[in-house]
Amino acid sequence: MNRIEGKKENDRKRGGIFIALRLKCRRISKGYAEGLALVSNMPISFFGMVDPKTGVVIDRSHDLYGKSLSGRILVFPYGRGSTVGSYVLYGLAKNKKAPAAIICLEAEPIVAVGAIMAGIPMVDRPECFEFRNMQRIAVNADDAEILVY
Amino acid sequence: MNLMPMWLSREEERILEGERGFAAQKAMEILVALGEIFSADRLIPVGSVQISGVSYKTIGKEGLEWLESLSDGKAVVPATLNPAGMDLERWKEMGIPEGFAEGQLRIVRAFQGMGIQPLCTCTPYLLGNLPRPGEHLAWSESSAVCFANSVLGAMTNREGGPSAIASALIGRTPRYGYHLPENRMPTLRVDAPLRLKESFEFSLLGYIIGREAKNRVPFIEGVRGHPISKDELKALSASLAASGSVALFHMEGITPEASKAKKSLKLLISRKEFETLRIESKDLEMAREKLSTASEDEVDLIAFGCPHASLEEVGRIARLLKGRRLRRGVRLWVFTSLGIRRAAERCGYVAPIEAAGGRVYADTCMVVAPLEEMGFQAVAVNSAKAAVYLSASNKPRVFLAPTAKCISLAISKMGSEG
Repeated sequence: MNRIEGKKENDRKRGGIFIALRLKCRRISKGYAEGLALVSNMPISFFGMVDPKTGVVIDRSHDLYGKSLSGRILVFPYGRGSTVGSYVLYGLAKNKKAPAAIICLEAEPIVAVGAIMAGIPMVDRPECFEFRNMQRIAVNADDAEILVY
Repeated sequence: MNLMPMWLSREEERILEGERGFAAQKAMEILVALGEIFSADRLIPVGSVQISGVSYKTIGKEGLEWLESLSDGKAVVPATLNPAGMDLERWKEMGIPEGFAEGQLRIVRAFQGMGIQPLCTCTPYLLGNLPRPGEHLAWSESSAVCFANSVLGAMTNREGGPSAIASALIGRTPRYGYHLPENRMPTLRVDAPLRLKESFEFSLLGYIIGREAKNRVPFIEGVRGHPISKDELKALSASLAASGSVALFHMEGITPEASKAKKSLKLLISRKEFETLRIESKDLEMAREKLSTASEDEVDLIAFGCPHASLEEVGRIARLLKGRRLRRGVRLWVFTSLGIRRAAERCGYVAPIEAAGGRVYADTCMVVAPLEEMGFQAVAVNSAKAAVYLSASNKPRVFLAPTAKCISLAISKMGSEG
């Protein structure tokens, strides 16, 4: 993990200069995305837990109940449940309600394959870090790194 | 933990970069990600592929769109499909809704467009795809995976639908799990001194072992048959894989890797690293009761063929139904593969079933057909696997019994229409 500084062209608020933490991780599904973190401490089963049309979590027992995944950087420990979950992730992307990127502690096949099908950047095994809701995060799966602004 | 990413050949790297088109690139991304997750050192060629996630009921609109997006993909090894949500030719007669049929046919066309054979069965080994011992495969369907590994001595992991499609388009699979000999050794000993007499009993045995074994590799000792047939092993494989997630078992004197497995077992027993599961005949009846949620009177559908019926099994049902008629308000369906149905017609097995009012359907089964939409209340089955899967959805309810008993529920007492 290291602190980096640089210039960000469109970031007028900070005068174009940013400071971020760079975390190493492992690439699972390629791509780059930025957004605000949505963090869960519970495993996620996309099948049955998320409404593929709205991207909203419909499982009352889950700590993300009622939240929308759409456009967020979704951070959670690991996926579980039916393999149909891969298709749900794909459906979310088609409906433009998918997370912008996924960060897992440990990838497993259902979410990994779903992310690849859907074209959602995904990484796992991030360097030890306390992710919190609403942190501004960039996931650079291609270079296997996460930037936390 | 793997310190190095999976090795790719120059050609595989080029496919990953998109040189063979979109579908092949996605396929390679999937195989590489799975190789990472399972710490595979490289990809290996497979002899054939069997793909799950075919029924419109299972994958829905999202799955259909995904498949249609892969239109530039071409299978490079023989690849067949899991059962679809309906008989592809006789769906109207089955009572499948028109909207469902349209979605299902589009799915099969999408697969066909990739050069995947539209043969929809969980028993590809009965339809001509007979793997050799030691042959590497990428199969998905759990009963077929278990049968291929255990009874045929082939080597496959339990693939998901998308990863199987990926293997079909690339002709390879990551080298992990059951592709490695060291992972095929037994990790649970089962002492089952039972004399079993039909597939139904093997089905119950598999249910009991599977629940305990979860994803371990059982070594089963003590089971005797009359002698044990491939249909009985088919039923055993299915319920082992459905109640647990057993993908490989060894049975003394029966399965090809059993003697090698026994040596490894002896070593582990001597080190006291072993758990033994003991099974008695009363356990079988208890399992049957546990899985039955319906009473005899509620049954309005009898469904055979989980896994798909063999030619002999269709023949037996024909003999039991000959000259009888179904009771009013009761249906009887036998699910099998396309090829077996055609053979059964030639052998004169289908006519007596249909004369009794029953039907022999191909390409589908009671688990992936939209039975709830078709209004059935309770299904009688002779397969513990079918009972497990149907119970997961609540409706319809399940009555689990041997073949002859299921048929006795279907036919009228007078032996004629009534």
